[in-house]
Amino acid sequence: MARKVPEINAGSMADIAFLLLIFFLVTTTMDTDSGIVRRLPPPPDLTVIPPPIKERNVFNVLINRSDRLFVDGRIGDIKTLRADTKEFLSNPNNLDELPEKRLETIKNLGPYNISKGIISLKNDRGTSYDMYIQVQNELTAAVNELRDELSKQKFGVKFSELTNEDYVQAIQKAIPMSISEAEPENIGGK
Amino acid sequence: MPRFKKDKSGELPAISTSSMPDIIFMLLFFFMVTTTMREVTIKVRIKAPEATEVQKLEKKSLVSFIYIGPPMQSKLYGTESRIQLNDSFRAVADIPEFIFKEREDRNEADRPLLTTSLKVDKEVRMGVVTDVKQELRKVGAFKINYSTRKGANKTND
Repeated sequence: MARKVPEINAGSMADIAFLLLIFFLVTTTMDTDSGIVRRLPPPPDLTVIPPPIKERNVFNVLINRSDRLFVDGRIGDIKTLRADTKEFLSNPNNLDELPEKRLETIKNLGPYNISKGIISLKNDRGTSYDMYIQVQNELTAAVNELRDELSKQKFGVKFSELTNEDYVQAIQKAIPMSISEAEPENIGGK
Repeated sequence: MPRFKKDKSGELPAISTSSMPDIIFMLLFFFMVTTTMREVTIKVRIKAPEATEVQKLEKKSLVSFIYIGPPMQSKLYGTESRIQLNDSFRAVADIPEFIFKEREDRNEADRPLLTTSLKVDKEVRMGVVTDVKQELRKVGAFKINYSTRKGANKTND
């Protein structure tokens, strides 16, 4: 004769689950971390003299302590920085004062004129972080837009939507993210 | 004889609550999966700048955070920007030790993939950030990430 086991009351189950839920709501955060990715250069080797770089291949971006821009010898504006950078890096009309190009055959891409241009970014100790990020953002945007254009032209999709790792590498090689940050020095005083 | 007897009482039948725990559990699991545990108490005020060209940080376990900003308890610590590592305010000189410790906590294969995320308030002056970057360069933590919020771009309207 089987004895009837009394049923466990499940009425308070909801309360227990609610308690757990509230605990997790309080102790966790939902923020997804995102940001601008950069690679720092290794510390400078003082014994090696850096190779000379031609004036035309360098795009100087300076930010002073009152967040004003000085772009390639002229007073710059954050609004036009992206377009200026794109023009510098692509040099569409092969102008003499814009950077040289080096013809190289890239796998999956064929022969391509890689720009020798380098963006040199320099900031003062008094520059605000916000402005610095704005400038970094514009420079990154310029490179990303150039990559998108090339990717659309060659593979038909945007660079960020490329799934084939080889294609991604080919585009990265064709348009390198060549942003160099100068060694810090105190330009505008404390 | 009517086949279907109408409920003449007029009372509404009670809504069954037996599936309530299941619904709550579903919510619970959703939150457990989508959120992360808060690891440190942030003692500095951080309002990250906005940017459009952001990339998501992959693999949270391989990220170490450095927080820079004005202290929240300004009466106690002043308004000057401070660096927070783990749970306490530190100086720039403490960063190498912090990075070495972070490296030790990871297994050998993951160490080169370690990223340092700089969570910096937008009002902070670049001087502190530059010092931190120099320290990171010295110890070979080259992969960095400037933490930003993805937002509308103010500059290109």
